[in-house]
Amino acid sequence: MDGSPAGTTQDSALAEKAEEVEDPAAIAARDQAWTEGLMAVRAGMVGNRWVRLLRWLVLGVVIVVLLLMARNIATHSQPLAYFLQTIVYGLGSGSLYALIALGYTMVYGIIELINFAHADVVTFGGFISLSVVTAFGFKEGVVNGPLILLALVPITAGTMLVCGLLNITIERVAYRPLRNAPRVSPLITAAGMSFVLEGLMFLWKGPVNNHYPDLIPTGQLTLIGTTVRIKDAVVVVLALLLVLALDTFVTKSKLGKAMRATAQDRDAASLMGIDINRTIAATFFIGAVLAGFAGTMYGLYFGNIVFDLGFATGLVAFTAAVLGGIGNIRGAALGGLCIGMFEAFWNSYFVSAWTQVMIFVILTLVLLFRPAGLLGMRVPDRT
Amino acid sequence: MALLELKGIDAFYARIQALHGVSLTVDRGEIVALIGSNGAGKTTTLRTISGLMHPAAGTITFDGRDISSTPPHRVVQLGICQAPEGRRLFQRLTVQDNLEMGAYSRRDRGGIRDSLEKVFTLFPRVKERRHQLAGTLSGGEQQMVAISRALMANPRALMLDEPSLGLAPLIVDTIFGIINEINSSGVPILLVEQNAVKALDVAHRAYVLETGTIVQSGPGKELAQSEEVQKAYLGI
Ligand SMILES: Nc1ncnc2c1ncn2[C@@H]1O[C@H](COP(=O)(O)OP(=O)(O)O)[C@@H](O)[C@H]1O
Ligand SMILES: [Mg+2]
Repeated sequence: MDGSPAGTTQDSALAEKAEEVEDPAAIAARDQAWTEGLMAVRAGMVGNRWVRLLRWLVLGVVIVVLLLMARNIATHSQPLAYFLQTIVYGLGSGSLYALIALGYTMVYGIIELINFAHADVVTFGGFISLSVVTAFGFKEGVVNGPLILLALVPITAGTMLVCGLLNITIERVAYRPLRNAPRVSPLITAAGMSFVLEGLMFLWKGPVNNHYPDLIPTGQLTLIGTTVRIKDAVVVVLALLLVLALDTFVTKSKLGKAMRATAQDRDAASLMGIDINRTIAATFFIGAVLAGFAGTMYGLYFGNIVFDLGFATGLVAFTAAVLGGIGNIRGAALGGLCIGMFEAFWNSYFVSAWTQVMIFVILTLVLLFRPAGLLGMRVPDRT
Repeated sequence: MALLELKGIDAFYARIQALHGVSLTVDRGEIVALIGSNGAGKTTTLRTISGLMHPAAGTITFDGRDISSTPPHRVVQLGICQAPEGRRLFQRLTVQDNLEMGAYSRRDRGGIRDSLEKVFTLFPRVKERRHQLAGTLSGGEQQMVAISRALMANPRALMLDEPSLGLAPLIVDTIFGIINEINSSGVPILLVEQNAVKALDVAHRAYVLETGTIVQSGPGKELAQSEEVQKAYLGI
């Protein structure tokens, strides 16, 4: 058919139009130059024997680590039970990481911002629900059995709402005014926002670990020596349901499609009658609703919360989002599970003191060797 | 009074002035062409009307209402729609979803369904492709989707920015045929083109834009006869 792209028929015009931001031919040309540049760098790297050596070295180290882990798995006194128990733990924390990673990935997808404050909203959510729980005097054993759910469900829902509103406010005051500023500016306010939130939470709850009562009914099931507590099941099932709900929302609903349209081409989206500000605010709201849920679940699951929980957890969840392919919702869920699983295995079979370091090693390796992540796009998000 | 009226519009990109006192009108039922060479300010004019940027001076009125500082999504709600330069489809949404986005600000489900039917009759090709990702279509098909998407809003005025850019001659003819058809169904069109021959042929009236200033205007056929226009834009 026609098929000749705008760029080729307008060659003479290209040079003249190179500075025009909205001109697709110029953008295509620039992107092509970019891609070619990257390919050249890549080709140079692939051709360089030191880089080749480095890749083999990395591969070798990974294989050695896997072999060591296999040995540790096999030589444990109860190999199967311990192995399965590790998977149960991995699923639990992996689900929480997945929920947090979704917030990073949604915001990055729509405005290309790493919202450093996101994980602090998670902590904030944990503190909110903890305060309400304490205010009502709920403790282990005070309310027993499924009745506690009558209290937990509205408390969690309320927390999710409050977190959503907080995040909308953050977007309004810290990011929206910088929407057209150079990209590094909102990154800096995001880091600033993170410090502000942690500071406020420090003043509010102090530097100590705050005990979070173990309110989820304590039944458990033991199979082949592996214990699955009710809270393990609750966390995994609810997280899975939320991820599915979010995925359906983003692919099927009108607002979800508007979010994807805005992510792909903001000006074109506003030419469709989409209110960009509202759509971006909605994205922050939804990400924070998941954060509020994750914060409450974190407290219930691990039993304590500290004001700077977001710092380390955020970096891990962000790693999960990058591993899955930043901007990709299913990728974030998958990445969260993988990281949770990795963390559990490293804790179980190696020295847990090294777990965090290893997670950053993973982040570095992903960025070096597969920057698009597991499920990421090969082509950049924006044309 | 004209449906759409620009009076003395100045527009800037940072400190660079792209439009110098541009005035033009589009009346009900008209096709008005805006021609001019690359970089003349045609796209900027449409962006200013759509509210993607706001004029530093001058006023834009639509149906008697001042829309000079109205945000873009409100401009669409008022009934001005644009198929932007370079189509700008949502590449990773299906054609159907792209069309749905076109109808974003509408609430009348029945009306949306009617518009979809109309668009599918106008472009059978778009109907065939509706389950494909927009990014997988050919240039001509993408242009058809871009026009369809703008029509889904049931616009009271339609703006097309270089609909023939980069398309093969046969497709260009199809597109211009469709432009006529849309116009005869009662939609006024502001048509931006570098293909001056085709544009002047189809337009009732036309304006010539040169480095941000309107230098000539008049009925399309008349401009096509003018010496300056022939020299500069028709290659005669
Ligand atoms: N995003 C932009 N930033 C700075 N200058 C721009 C931008 N877009 C267009 N211009 C300049 O404004 C002038 C008009 O451009 P434009 O309206 O795109 O012209 P046309 O559509 O007629 O080709 C040109 O000189 C162009 O270089
Ligand atoms: Mg243009």
